[in-house]
Amino acid sequence: MSSPETKPLLSYCDPENPMDLKAYEAVGGYKSLHKALKHMTPPEVVELVKDSNLRGRGGAGFNTGLKWSFVPQGDNAPKEKYLVCNADEMEPGTFKDRLLMEGKPHQLVEAMIVSAYAFGATTGYIFLRGEYKLAERRLLDAIAEAKAAGYLGNNILGTDYSYELVLHTSAGRYICGEETALLNALEGRRANPRAKPPFPPAVGLWGKPTIINNVETLSNVPHIINNGKEWFHGLSDSNDGGTKLYGISGRVNTPGIWELPLGVTIRELIEEHGGGMRDGYKFRGVLPGGASTDFLVEEHLDLKMDYDTIAKAGSRLGTGTMILLDDKTSVLGMVHNLIQFFAHESCGWCTPCRDGLPWVERVMEALKDGRGSPGDIETLEKHCRYLWIGCTFCALAPGAVEPLKSALKYFREDFENAIRPAPEPADGSIRAKARQGLLEALGQTN
Amino acid sequence: MLTEAERKELDHEAEHYEHKQALTIEALKILQNHRGWISDDSIKDIAEYLKCDPSEVDSVATFYNLIYRKPVGKKVVHVCTSVSCWIMGSENIEKRFQDKLGLGYGQTTGDDQVTLVRNQCLGYCDHAPCMQLNDKMYGDLETDASVDAAIDDIQAI
Repeated sequence: MSSPETKPLLSYCDPENPMDLKAYEAVGGYKSLHKALKHMTPPEVVELVKDSNLRGRGGAGFNTGLKWSFVPQGDNAPKEKYLVCNADEMEPGTFKDRLLMEGKPHQLVEAMIVSAYAFGATTGYIFLRGEYKLAERRLLDAIAEAKAAGYLGNNILGTDYSYELVLHTSAGRYICGEETALLNALEGRRANPRAKPPFPPAVGLWGKPTIINNVETLSNVPHIINNGKEWFHGLSDSNDGGTKLYGISGRVNTPGIWELPLGVTIRELIEEHGGGMRDGYKFRGVLPGGASTDFLVEEHLDLKMDYDTIAKAGSRLGTGTMILLDDKTSVLGMVHNLIQFFAHESCGWCTPCRDGLPWVERVMEALKDGRGSPGDIETLEKHCRYLWIGCTFCALAPGAVEPLKSALKYFREDFENAIRPAPEPADGSIRAKARQGLLEALGQTN
Repeated sequence: MLTEAERKELDHEAEHYEHKQALTIEALKILQNHRGWISDDSIKDIAEYLKCDPSEVDSVATFYNLIYRKPVGKKVVHVCTSVSCWIMGSENIEKRFQDKLGLGYGQTTGDDQVTLVRNQCLGYCDHAPCMQLNDKMYGDLETDASVDAAIDDIQAI
């Protein structure tokens, strides 16, 4: 049952016919704004969100309130501060933020205002991926309505807080989801990531303090303000607060997105919510949180989908949207597809990523077609190290090799079976003749 | 030369950003909207408006995949080739376009109507495999018949 008490995010969420401002207000919309702006100081909002244990839903899982607390405050801090909503949902297999924006756009607008108040942001940007045209229209309508109602602009609700909200639509590229690359894109540059430190909360958009949060993360904030941290903890079956939007794609009977307590098991997700595997297909593995997370397999089915449990199992909760591998889909083909994606989406800034991923792609292409060579597995393993954290400029390449290294671990036979033994050059073959010719030219004999 | 309408839209967008350079991507999108694709002349027009070097504008234009630096057809169809759609059979979509329209990725039909491009995950994974034309999504394209119906629909638009 969808009730606002247990499913705050997706209650009243309807992509066919989303609520307008009036309908949204009638079910408690924009209440958090009145409460926060009139009865709470900004530091109180930050503390509340920090204590609620809301962790970033975009993949990294950082404590949201803690992030906000890094923004320099006081007279010496820059006056302009920015809140950027990362709505560049491009992680393959992830389709949760689209639902929130198409089905309940006012929730995000409210969240963008009340979150901005917490650390004194002067302008907010929603960085929306260019393909999300319906979300674009819905958000523009919601922002216009909020502006007309006095929720945006100067002296919001008669307080001395003023704030503008701008929708920016992107022109593509996965790397824009990396937060410093996103800032460069927003500044109208190529989306190459920036060196860190300094981190965006101190030096971000146009050099000013900037907080970047994911759509789902932000959408939780109004509910935390309205209902408190104990309520938020109570929603969860894990150490962290809240519900989570979980999703499944692949060969289950009913793929989709569901809002559930943070910490349901993988098995429950697949069997109860996803309706089980389709007839004729068996479960073989799962990427638990998008394309850049490690495979989990049968032995992990009863694990809880929360940050700590999935990390302990060697993967990441990521975006919480799972991609299923069935027994009739080629593991090698799937890994090839993933690596092809990452190789294409590399921004080209650092060498390991720019040159390493296409190399891995070529090896995977041969393997998926059953024409691997001896040494290919070792080449892949080497790249899993060369492209790992610390060797590259940002997290794209480490994310890219996560499914690869876990596939090598769990599905090694598939890789081994795709390797053809090196052919012995038979006498009289072109290869043997060429070799002989070469040796002779070098003044050697066989 | 920027048209009156293009200049007006650019001026309007400029209000939202602290620095003019931030307008580069918006400017590319606005001109592409009016002109279909971004030619060298469009790059120069934007550079003139933003008072920067055309090479700076071009470096941005060539980075982003939704900016077309080559002529495209009236309808640009984006087919998702990422993992969920691949599992569900996205390779068949290109095959159907090939069979029905003789069209592969990166190509445009002879009458300049349809351009086919591959795109990264379109965030419609519960309806994989899928493709997109402007704001219209075509999902659950698992069978030849469903892809063919979608192609017919695209041609009729």
